[in-house]
Amino acid sequence: MKICCCIKQVPGTTEVKINPETNTLVREGVETQINPFDLYALEEAMRTKEKMAEAGEESTVTVISMGPPQAEDALREAISLGADRAILLSDRAFAGSDTWCTSYVLAKALEKIEPDLVFCGMQAIDGDTGQVGPGIAVHLDMAQTAYVAEVVSIDAKKMVAKRLIEEGYETVELKLPALCTVVKEINEPRTASLRGKMAAKKAEITQWGAAELETPEDKVGLAGSPTQVVKIMTPPCREGGEKFTGETPELVDKLYAELKCLEVV
Amino acid sequence: MSIKVDPTKCNGCTLCVKACPVDAIEVKDKLAVIDLDKCTLCSACVSACRFKAISIEVDKQPAEDLQNYKDVWVFGEQRDGKVAPVVFELINVGRQLADDRSSELSVIILGDNLDEAVADLASYPVDKVYVYEAPELEIYDSERYCRVLTDVMRDYKPEIVLAGATTTGRSFMSGVAIRLYTGLTADCTGLEIGEDGLLHQTRPAYGGNIMATILCPYTRPQMATVRHKVFPTSAKRCEGEAEIIRLTPKPALFGSRSKFVDFVETVGEQGNLVDADIIISGGRGLGGPEGSAPIRELADELGAAVGASRAAVDAGWIPYAHQVGQTGKTVCPKIYIACGISGAVQHQVGLKSSDVIIAINRDPNAPVFDIATHGFVGDIFEVLPALTKKIKALRGAPADSCVIQ
Repeated sequence: MKICCCIKQVPGTTEVKINPETNTLVREGVETQINPFDLYALEEAMRTKEKMAEAGEESTVTVISMGPPQAEDALREAISLGADRAILLSDRAFAGSDTWCTSYVLAKALEKIEPDLVFCGMQAIDGDTGQVGPGIAVHLDMAQTAYVAEVVSIDAKKMVAKRLIEEGYETVELKLPALCTVVKEINEPRTASLRGKMAAKKAEITQWGAAELETPEDKVGLAGSPTQVVKIMTPPCREGGEKFTGETPELVDKLYAELKCLEVV
Repeated sequence: MSIKVDPTKCNGCTLCVKACPVDAIEVKDKLAVIDLDKCTLCSACVSACRFKAISIEVDKQPAEDLQNYKDVWVFGEQRDGKVAPVVFELINVGRQLADDRSSELSVIILGDNLDEAVADLASYPVDKVYVYEAPELEIYDSERYCRVLTDVMRDYKPEIVLAGATTTGRSFMSGVAIRLYTGLTADCTGLEIGEDGLLHQTRPAYGGNIMATILCPYTRPQMATVRHKVFPTSAKRCEGEAEIIRLTPKPALFGSRSKFVDFVETVGEQGNLVDADIIISGGRGLGGPEGSAPIRELADELGAAVGASRAAVDAGWIPYAHQVGQTGKTVCPKIYIACGISGAVQHQVGLKSSDVIIAINRDPNAPVFDIATHGFVGDIFEVLPALTKKIKALRGAPADSCVIQ
């Protein structure tokens, strides 16, 4: 079984702070990480490979990332976590891609691999759109489901997945090839082994650009993107209000009075 | 297409360097230099520059006559024939947008046996309700819904399409936009018609640390998913009536490679977390699974939903479906009560658009107090039960004067 996992390199979150003087994002250094949701996707890809192996079927896990050249670091990390192979989709022509173009480029790469199963995180913590995973499946015209919290069963032809939605859990059966976006609840990602770290150092990262993917110029990057960002601003920081201290009865009285003001009691 | 720095306007102030999320800008000899290998053309620097020295040029023309597209459409998401609450918020903002564009507001609903839902929608100020009924559409199926809605959009050519940023809206609307080759802006918190006549869509990114305004200038429809509880629910209509249009189902569109197996509801009477007006959340301070009892008791008393920080979820005290924050849900209730939550940045991003934040924590230095509207330094195991008891005792008592403003 060919299993793919799409990952995104995102900024290390803790550094996202606002400089109160310039009202801009403070980014100390260039620390990055694999988008947290994608780690769950990768882990599920690994677990699926292991499950298939128990059933006597060999599988490979290929991890793909679209991004600038330094996204290679994220791919090496993915190899240290157990991925067999990594492909970086990087090209000047891809810069400025919105979710339409990003899912298109990833789909073009997946088309070359012809995976049976694709895992993506439910969303990235920087863009927060959750649109790329489902978009890839539509570009590839394959079965899909989003917000998967458990892969109940899987064989060479179909999978049963439990998805977490607002009101509860919905279970669906999908014919393969299929794409799932996953939520945190699905598993607990493993940490890198020493062997994995060695493999990551030595691994050759395949790089595909617009030429390899045969993406027309007007369907990628800023030129191909239907949406355009015209303004970015930093919202005013939320400031803390009064902090009450005192004995419990006193605090309770104040808290109650406040809820009364808010008309909820 | 390119990004350029105008050397006559740039004075090397480094605002752009600070704004760049990928560290692609350096100032050399008082001039910003952009590393094109790193730059993702995100435009953060363009907005940050106070001297209009940086510009991104796009050479693009619409592929078809955009005048053919008119009206605002709202996707009338439903489950078991019950319309999702966010739809009535979309009707409110959609009405405004339609009026600003001097066009009509329509709702489209997909499903089966929708009479009650249609009557409900028609009682709101919409001009038309499009009803697409078929047994195959009774339960949401992303492939089928995507194909059907795409087909209807191609026929009717709305100018603007809005859907709730729910698990349903966020997952299948992406596919509709892909098939129509148009833009979809996720999770909008601001929508207005600009002087250019375009839909200006504002959304938070980087965990709410920045707000981006996004346009879809060259393709139609302009599509957006909209966050819950940002816009107030629409009032019902006072006059006139909505035209109800029944669309003819096209069974050829109903193929799907996925099959519904079952649904297990896990939310109680308080409804789901994202729709809740009041959320009471617990964190590491709960100390154990039994620690959530005082939170649940207060939640029952206030009709609130229960939330949790990552610490409480990872420890297994509260299920993941309740997690608020970066790797959980983003919520915007009227009141968020954080109990025993230190308030790490990752948690803050999930709740900071709440109207009022109340924090109760033993540690006076907990970061949660930096964003709390009202902070209470105290032990949740003493404060919460006492508060619940007081609310029970005084329920229905006349309003006191407001002690705290």
